[in-house]
Amino acid sequence: MVTSSLIIGVIIAALVFGAIERSRAGRIKNISKGKHVIDASDIGTELGLVATILQFSSAFCAPCRITRGTLSSVVTSFSGIKHVEIDAEKNLELVRKLDIRQTPTTLFLNSAGQEIARAVGAPKRDQVISALELISHE
Amino acid sequence: MSELREIDARGPRWSAGLTAIVLSVALVTKSPVVIAVQLVQFGFGAFATPPKSPYGILYRKLVQPRLPKTFESEDIRPPQFAQGVGFVFALLATIGALSHTWPLFTVATAFALFAALLNSVFGYCLGCKVYLLGVRLRHR
Repeated sequence: MVTSSLIIGVIIAALVFGAIERSRAGRIKNISKGKHVIDASDIGTELGLVATILQFSSAFCAPCRITRGTLSSVVTSFSGIKHVEIDAEKNLELVRKLDIRQTPTTLFLNSAGQEIARAVGAPKRDQVISALELISHE
Repeated sequence: MSELREIDARGPRWSAGLTAIVLSVALVTKSPVVIAVQLVQFGFGAFATPPKSPYGILYRKLVQPRLPKTFESEDIRPPQFAQGVGFVFALLATIGALSHTWPLFTVATAFALFAALLNSVFGYCLGCKVYLLGVRLRHR
């Protein structure tokens, strides 16, 4: 009796937790301007002319691949926007500086390298576009 | 085998479903044999590869032939990492069962069941959540 209530409890907890996690994944969060500023030397390549989408990935991460596909497809439809993917494990100093806790985490930077927004988990195409609009309207 | 980097993404989801059933049976029966079966599965999944684990072989022989031929493939490393995390919990649970330390057995098995359910129902990526934090803690 106790065991079956434990199993049912675990099932309910997993369903609730999983549903919450799924709804939160990829949500765009505004970041106060100037909190994090990134330059070309941080990421080993020049920033995009209008915006840079900085994706942190790791090896044990299936959604990182989905995110890579979404971002590279969005980038081709806009000019001046660059997608840069960084291996989080190999850039721990930057990971700590930017407080990256899980992968994929995607940062949206303006032309000056200031972080304007970020998405934790795989963002959908329209979420990426809304984050880019934040940059174009700032 | 290092040449096998891409697998049918449905395989690990199916295996996680079977894992959830086996772990539930283990919780009900408190049987060291049942939790040891799951420990062996996690061991092969983590230290060989998920397709070479018992559930992976069952999936390929019994389930995959009945499913559509087109499928999403995925990198082998995320499910292999998750099997490694499962192995640690199943090892604790097996020790608990063999030594009759039932709180240890129950908590470890319940955590493994929680993770297996998240994996099978949502395709939850455990490596995404814990791997980077682990690396950050190790290299302080």
